[in-house]
Amino acid sequence: MMNILWSVLVLISIVFSIMYATVADTAVAVFSAAQEAVELTLKMLGMFCFWDGIMEIAQRGGVTDCIQKLLSPLLNILFPNHKNDASVKSAIAMNMTANILGLGNAATPLGLEAMRRLKVHAHCKDAATNDMIRFVVLNTASIRLIPTTVAMLRFEAGSLAPMEILPVSAIVSLLSCSVGLLICRAAERFWHE
Amino acid sequence: MNDFGNYILLFFIAAVLLAGLFRKIPVFNAFLDGAKGGIETAVKLLPSLLALLFAVNLLTASDIMEYIVTSLSPIFEKLQYPAEVLPLCLLSPISGSGSLSAFQSLLTEYGADSYIGRVASVIAGSTETTFYAIAVYYGSVGIKKIRHTAFAALCADCTSFLLAALFVRLFFD
Repeated sequence: MMNILWSVLVLISIVFSIMYATVADTAVAVFSAAQEAVELTLKMLGMFCFWDGIMEIAQRGGVTDCIQKLLSPLLNILFPNHKNDASVKSAIAMNMTANILGLGNAATPLGLEAMRRLKVHAHCKDAATNDMIRFVVLNTASIRLIPTTVAMLRFEAGSLAPMEILPVSAIVSLLSCSVGLLICRAAERFWHE
Repeated sequence: MNDFGNYILLFFIAAVLLAGLFRKIPVFNAFLDGAKGGIETAVKLLPSLLALLFAVNLLTASDIMEYIVTSLSPIFEKLQYPAEVLPLCLLSPISGSGSLSAFQSLLTEYGADSYIGRVASVIAGSTETTFYAIAVYYGSVGIKKIRHTAFAALCADCTSFLLAALFVRLFFD
């Protein structure tokens, strides 16, 4: 899947840049990608270390447990296979909390921890399990109740009410997330693990 | 109001720290133990990030986006969908920085409180960089077969795009 997707994207871009004479720009893009990837990794390195450190405190201090128990009813519906697995559930719960609060920087390292714990239960080491897919879709469709970045940009653009989109954006993000999860459920039947 | 996100961040950190102190945890040592793990995670992601950025950079540099937008615009106008937000819709699953600048240019061009500005805001507020998340999440645990992940995630994104236009009309008109 990724193999095809990736090669098609790259090849189409190359054909297009030749057809529309943007070869120079596209050639630059090849090497800028290498540089950007390193810059992004450096940025993430600091962020990941910071949030992993905070999370270790949260874990030992019992905050993680508390949040996991709070979200447990929802998690049991979304991930029925892990009903009795507090370690998977607490990692997912922390990731969801970060998403809902709009702490985007924290959501990724917490989500990766959840992926590691989900992988322990995987039968096949290189294929995604149903639970992993649900979890990733939950993150790509991000249930974000408080769109802080968007509100800030709206304020800067001269909006009279930067937060007025909050109810609409919360409803839309909830609905789109539900659609993603429903499609997961349907696809699981045809596309077995 | 604009500090809202900052307040949440600082309160969250303070709450975690206080809970640790309350339980008599050696908080500083715990922080160091946890932070150590972040190094490996971040460095291991470099290959998947590079592969993704390479494809995305080629895609955005080759002007293929403009071509798709101009050829799709008439169709979306017929469906009464605001074609102006199409660049944002196309960029949002693949590039975080690209969709951010598309969003900002929509805000400056049409105004934050216009119909288009609001639709763009809802789209930006309810979607993530789908392919980045897929690359990072699966890359970190060495998963290669992603099965129906991309399909389901893109369907969710499309739902956001359509509902944003619909709900902004319902809420603000």
